[in-house]
Amino acid sequence: MDKIIEVRHLKKVFGENEVLTDINFSVSKGEVVCIIGASGSGKSTLLRCLNLLELATDGQILFHGQDIMQHDMSNAVYRAKMGMVFQQFNLFSNLTVLENCVIGQIKVLKRKKEEARKKAMVYLEMVGMAQFIDAKPHQISGGQKQRVAIARALSMEPEALLFDEPTSALDPEMVGEVLKVMKDLAKSGLTMVVVTHEMAFARDVANRVVFMDSGVIVEDDVPEVIFNNPRNERTRVFLKRILDER
Amino acid sequence: MEVDAASTFLEWVYYILLTYWPLFLRGAGITLLISLTGTIVGFGLGIIIGVIRTIPIDQNFNFLKKAFLKLINFILLCYIEVFRGTPMMVQAMVIFYGAAMVYNIHLSPIYAGIFIVSINTGAYMAEIVRGGIISIDKGQFEAAHSIGMTHSQTMFSIVLPQAIRNILPALSNEFVINIKDTSVLSVISVSELFFISKSAAGANYRFFEVFLITCIVYFIMTFTVTRILRYFEILLEGPSVYTIHGSQTVPEAEIRITNRERQ
Repeated sequence: MDKIIEVRHLKKVFGENEVLTDINFSVSKGEVVCIIGASGSGKSTLLRCLNLLELATDGQILFHGQDIMQHDMSNAVYRAKMGMVFQQFNLFSNLTVLENCVIGQIKVLKRKKEEARKKAMVYLEMVGMAQFIDAKPHQISGGQKQRVAIARALSMEPEALLFDEPTSALDPEMVGEVLKVMKDLAKSGLTMVVVTHEMAFARDVANRVVFMDSGVIVEDDVPEVIFNNPRNERTRVFLKRILDER
Repeated sequence: MEVDAASTFLEWVYYILLTYWPLFLRGAGITLLISLTGTIVGFGLGIIIGVIRTIPIDQNFNFLKKAFLKLINFILLCYIEVFRGTPMMVQAMVIFYGAAMVYNIHLSPIYAGIFIVSINTGAYMAEIVRGGIISIDKGQFEAAHSIGMTHSQTMFSIVLPQAIRNILPALSNEFVINIKDTSVLSVISVSELFFISKSAAGANYRFFEVFLITCIVYFIMTFTVTRILRYFEILLEGPSVYTIHGSQTVPEAEIRITNRERQ
C-alpha cells in the first residue's frame, strides 16, 4: 500500500520532559487511524508534530518517502496537503463561514475567487453548513463550528486530515453531528488520523487503532484486537477504566 | 469703548465670544488638524512597528536574517522607550530648536507640531498594537498555519483585523489625549487653541472668562471625536444579524437570524 506518512524514531522533548520517545508508525492511503490513550500520553503532541505545529526534537517524518524536516520542502506546501481540525475549532473569527473556507484556497493554492467559492460550497454542503455561509463564527453553535472547521480543511483538498480531539470541547448533544460527518468522510475514502476519546467511533470506523501511553506506542493493531483482545496489559487497564466509566 | 460696556461676568463672556470667535475657531481648527494628522500617522507607525516587533524568530532563519531582525527590534525598542519616557513638551523644544540650530532646518511651527505629535503617538501606539496582536488567541495562528498560510498572510488577513478591532478604544483614548496635549505645542508658538486663548486672555486681563470658553471648546471636540470613533467600533463589529440561505432541500428558506451571543 502507498504510505502517505511514515514516522521513524520520532522524539519530542519539552525542556526536561520527554513527551515522545521513539515513535514509529505509518499511515497508508485511505486508512483511518485512531490514536487513543490517557491525557498526557503524547497523542496530541504526535499529531502536532505531523503538521509541524511542533518541531520534533529528533527522528524523521516521511511524506511520500520524502523527509519533511529537511528543508527541501516548504512548510506551507506540506501543511496545505495535511489538513488539521482542532479541539477548539479555531475558526477565523473576523471572517464569515464562507470566507473561512475560501481564504486558504486563495492565499495558499492561488485559486480564483469563483473557483474557491464553488469548492467551498461543495464541502459546506457536505457538512450541512451551506445555509450558514454568511454567519460569523460567534453566531453559530459548537457543533456547527466544528463542521465548518472540517469544511475549511477539506476545501484545501488535503491528502490526509488530522483530527485533534475534535469532539472534546463540544456539548454532549453536539458530539453526534460531528461524528456523523467524520463517519461519512471515512466512508468516502479520506485518509484520516484521529486523536479521540470516543471509543465507539474508534471501534466502528477505524481501520487501525494506536494506543499510546507515556510517550510511546504501546499497541498498534486493528480495532477488533485492541478492543476485544488486547495483547498488552497497559492497553487492557486503560480500556477497562474508560469503558467502565461509561 | 466696547470694553467699557462689559462689566459683569456674562457680559465679558459675550464680549470675548463676539470679538474672538474667529480666533477660537482657527485655534480649534489647528488643534484638530495637528491631533487628527498626528493620531493617524502615529497609528500607522504603531501598526508597522507592532507587526515588525511580533515577527517570531524562526529557527529556519539564517544568521544574517536573525541578526538583522534583532537589530531592527533593538532600534525600535530604543525609539519607543525614548519617546514614551520624555515629556512631549520637551521633545517639542529639542526637535524644533535642535533642527534649526544643528541642521539649519527651519520648520514651520505647525509642521513641527504634526511631526512631534505623530512620532510621540507612534511610540505609544506601537505598544498598543503589539498588545493587541499578542492578545489574539494562538489558535488563530495555528489554524492559519495548518492550511499553509505564511506568517505575513496570517498577520494581515487574520490577526491584524481582529487586533485593530480590539484596540479601537485605545486609539480613541490616544486621539482624545492628543487633542488636549497639543496645548503643550504653544511652547514652540503653534497657534493652536491654547496659544490663542492665552493671547486673548492676556490682552483683556480676563483669564477665567476666556479659559472657560476654551474649556468648552476642548470638550466639544473630544466628545465629538469619541462619539464618532464609537460609531466606527460598532461598524467594525459587523452586522448583528445574518441570513440563512435557501438550500436545495428547502429553497424557500431565507430566514434572518439574530445573534445568539455577542462577544
